[in-house]
Amino acid sequence: MALCALALLGSCSHRDDGREVVRFWAMGFEGEVVTQLIPEFERRHPGIRVEVQQLPITAAHEKLLTAFAGDALPDVCAIGNTWISEFALLDALTPLDPRLAQTPSVQARDYFSGAWDTGVIDGRAYAVPWYVETRLPFYRQDLLKQVGIARPPTTWAEWKTAMAAIKREVGPDRYAVLFPLNEPEPLLNLGIQSPDPLLREDGRYGNFRSPGFKRALSFYREVFDRRWAPLASNTQIANVWNEFGRGYFSFYVNGPWNIAEFKRRLPADLQPTWMTMPLPGEHGPGASVAGGASFVLFRSSQHQDAAWKLIAYLSEPEVQVRFHGLSGNLPPRRAAWDAPVLANDVYARAFRDQLERARPTPKVPEWERIAMEIKLVGEQLANGRLSVDEAAAELDRRADRILEKRRWMLDRQAAAQMPAAGASR
Amino acid sequence: MNDSGLSPRLAKAIVNGLLIGLAVLSLAPLLWMFAVSLMQPGEASAFPPPLWSSSPSLHNYHELFSRMGMGRYLFNSFLVSTLVTVIAVLLNTLAGYAFAKLAFPGRERVFRLLLAALVIPAQVSMMPLFLMLKQLGLINSYAGAVVPGMAGIFGIFLVRQYARSIPDELLEAPRIDGAGELRIFFQIVLPALRPILVTLAIFSFLGAWNDFMWPLIVLSNENLQTLPVALASLSREHVQDNEMMMAGSVVTVVPVLLLFLVLQRYYLQGLLVGSVKG
Amino acid sequence: MKPATAGWVFAAPALSVIGLFFGLPVLAALALSLTDFDIYSLAHIDNLRFVAFDNYVNLLRNPLFWSALGNTLYFVVVGVPLSIAVSLGAAMLLHSKLGLFKPFFRTAFFAPVVTTVVAVAVIWRYLFHTRYGLVNWVLSWVGIDPVDWLGDPHWAMPTIILFAVWKNFGYNMIIFLAGLQAIPEDLHEAARIDGASPGRQFRHITLPILGPVLLMVSILTLAGYFQLFAEPYVITQGGPLQSTVSVLYLMYEEGFKWWNLGNASAVAFLLFVLMTAVTSGLMWVARRKGVE
Repeated sequence: MALCALALLGSCSHRDDGREVVRFWAMGFEGEVVTQLIPEFERRHPGIRVEVQQLPITAAHEKLLTAFAGDALPDVCAIGNTWISEFALLDALTPLDPRLAQTPSVQARDYFSGAWDTGVIDGRAYAVPWYVETRLPFYRQDLLKQVGIARPPTTWAEWKTAMAAIKREVGPDRYAVLFPLNEPEPLLNLGIQSPDPLLREDGRYGNFRSPGFKRALSFYREVFDRRWAPLASNTQIANVWNEFGRGYFSFYVNGPWNIAEFKRRLPADLQPTWMTMPLPGEHGPGASVAGGASFVLFRSSQHQDAAWKLIAYLSEPEVQVRFHGLSGNLPPRRAAWDAPVLANDVYARAFRDQLERARPTPKVPEWERIAMEIKLVGEQLANGRLSVDEAAAELDRRADRILEKRRWMLDRQAAAQMPAAGASR
Repeated sequence: MNDSGLSPRLAKAIVNGLLIGLAVLSLAPLLWMFAVSLMQPGEASAFPPPLWSSSPSLHNYHELFSRMGMGRYLFNSFLVSTLVTVIAVLLNTLAGYAFAKLAFPGRERVFRLLLAALVIPAQVSMMPLFLMLKQLGLINSYAGAVVPGMAGIFGIFLVRQYARSIPDELLEAPRIDGAGELRIFFQIVLPALRPILVTLAIFSFLGAWNDFMWPLIVLSNENLQTLPVALASLSREHVQDNEMMMAGSVVTVVPVLLLFLVLQRYYLQGLLVGSVKG
Repeated sequence: MKPATAGWVFAAPALSVIGLFFGLPVLAALALSLTDFDIYSLAHIDNLRFVAFDNYVNLLRNPLFWSALGNTLYFVVVGVPLSIAVSLGAAMLLHSKLGLFKPFFRTAFFAPVVTTVVAVAVIWRYLFHTRYGLVNWVLSWVGIDPVDWLGDPHWAMPTIILFAVWKNFGYNMIIFLAGLQAIPEDLHEAARIDGASPGRQFRHITLPILGPVLLMVSILTLAGYFQLFAEPYVITQGGPLQSTVSVLYLMYEEGFKWWNLGNASAVAFLLFVLMTAVTSGLMWVARRKGVE
């Protein structure tokens, strides 16, 4: 006990060295890796010390809300792109336009527009993308060739033909594709290709009964009905890389971090067999969700200038390339993609291509919750417990319930801004 | 069980066999936790599961303390539990003694109210308590973690049960001599209550050490987290690092297990006093 | 200071702590459950609405609440009797005159009780691992194929029940043991002379005398088991297919994951009402049967 107390005192004493402290939170593995980029920053800015805290990825959203509720937010954080609108609405974020205007090294037009747009709420920029993520199929070239398909499918129809052919080849115990049931992304990525928006009337109601989303639901359902995909979550598969190597499934829709995993985990003789491809769309290469993480400055921060310097530093193309080398994450800036490591990476090419088409999810604070419902309803749809129409209706019902408070707040705002208009109606 | 018509030797074998079997079931997970904590990373993920490491080492413990900040969590747990214990023992003893031996107006009614409140699960109070502590600026502070444990109905009840056995004459004599109530409490009552104080202290310490939901809510700052909260979040992130998580479990469990082994007489006695209806 | 004044002074610190940090919040929770207090209200208090009983009505209409309630009841209905049966069995073994090394066994059976739920839940998750777990390995000796204990919605809750029984049986065992030791030996003696079998002795002597202890143990265990949370939080995170989401897990998610504090308070109150109803029902049955 006394030893512990001494240890604590010891750690306290070297803490206060007169430098300005910037508290920086980052999620998951990235939070660990980024610490290797900090010394260079601290060398360039001797008056600033950066304190990095790693947020557990599965509890990051929860932790951030808790910190907001408990007035304990850090100065700067890399948050999930889909959460930006939530924190903007809570008035927790500093608008960045004035700072962007004075920082020539961070230029909106160098960023992929889908990624940049996620941080723009009501015309104001609140976030600067750090790394981007978009999901697409990793596939087995050899198995595709084996069933006589020469080039990867680009439309849903071609994809179905390919899956049917593979399923015929591998038999009842193996599958063509893996859509993990414990993630909303596979279904969401199909749904976001729809020309119809996911929410309607400025995010007041769910729009999952739109013809476009229903076509996505039908496609998703058909994949399970025809046993092209197993009814399984990621955790039940245990080791997706091994199973992919064994040909348990031939398409695996997932994110860029898996490039490094497949390189590392697949045995040498299987290395030439796998590749990435853009996600097929209804009528040609499709859109998908612009995921990833973006830097935000919290309004409560007392060290905004220093924190902005950190953001600007981590956004420099060279630093982003270094970060890619450390973590495998994909940079959001076109300038960074010109670096040879990325430009010559055959696996990254499909991501580069698809990033130009990536779309942000609806910018309503409730989106994270709605995404969870998409996961749960999708699981029931895949299990055959709901039909396509029922699933669409159920999703709308759940979304409408979640959005109830938002409708009330928007209506109240409208009423407050235009009392005359309300009266004249 | 002792005269089932079976031969005495067979009966004895069955009883002892069952005792041994149950003891194995009780202890095996704990022993295995210890064994796995000494294994090399990845060694335990094999079939059949190894029961003992081929080259046992303290590697995982070293990792936990040097990289995962386990020392910090251990310190937090000790600090929070000790604070809770000291304050709770003092406040509950004062109140329990008052309810047992000092006739004050409204005593019975207040006590009945307390007993009735015993059925309300603590979770009901958590949401407003969080908002209250936020107003007081106690979220993310040790104080926030300690506050709800500072006094408890069960503790008061425990002391009251025991204090009722103090003979009244023991208290009356000094009163006649003009001693103040505080002096009587510290010089006569406290020594008489010593066994139950030990019990109460163990209960408070174990309760605070093992508490999960409240510290999870109130201590989101990594530097302040107690062992169970830190372990839960580590184990979600490091699902594959079984060996290291087992070492984390050992660090979390060993202090309370030792406390129990040393003081089990008081603990078990207190459990009986506490559960006898008053 | 008169004893009466001293009484108030001595009781005051503890009572004010309980009143301030428990009594007041409970009342506030009741008020909170009638509002839609959420993350927006945390940002701006004028985003708060009084919604009367809407939270309760919506909960009762929400299938997830019912499935959480169902999961909790499953845990309680299977877990409590099983837990008590094991406790009673262990107590009788320890009470038996034939047993050796009783202090050792008593300590061994009790050890899981004092351990930290989170820490042992981490062990459990691993013991029941589909491929590398000790449990499936032992089952393989008798030719049972690996069971996906924590990934299969049918097995996840039973696994958690086993965990709870393992963790808790020692506690009630001690209370039963004290109850058994209080039974006069000559009662059994007399019954034996009358030729009563051990089973009949248990039914007609042991159980009736243990009645009040049994009632109390049941109520305490019920109250504890209704508050299932840390086990699914650590072992299964509510999955698979939400088969281990308990009422308190739902409350935690509503309250401290999504920050709908009004709704979470309503969940907590519904649980409280349910617990009170079940325990009072149990008392009523016991009283009719003449226990107490």
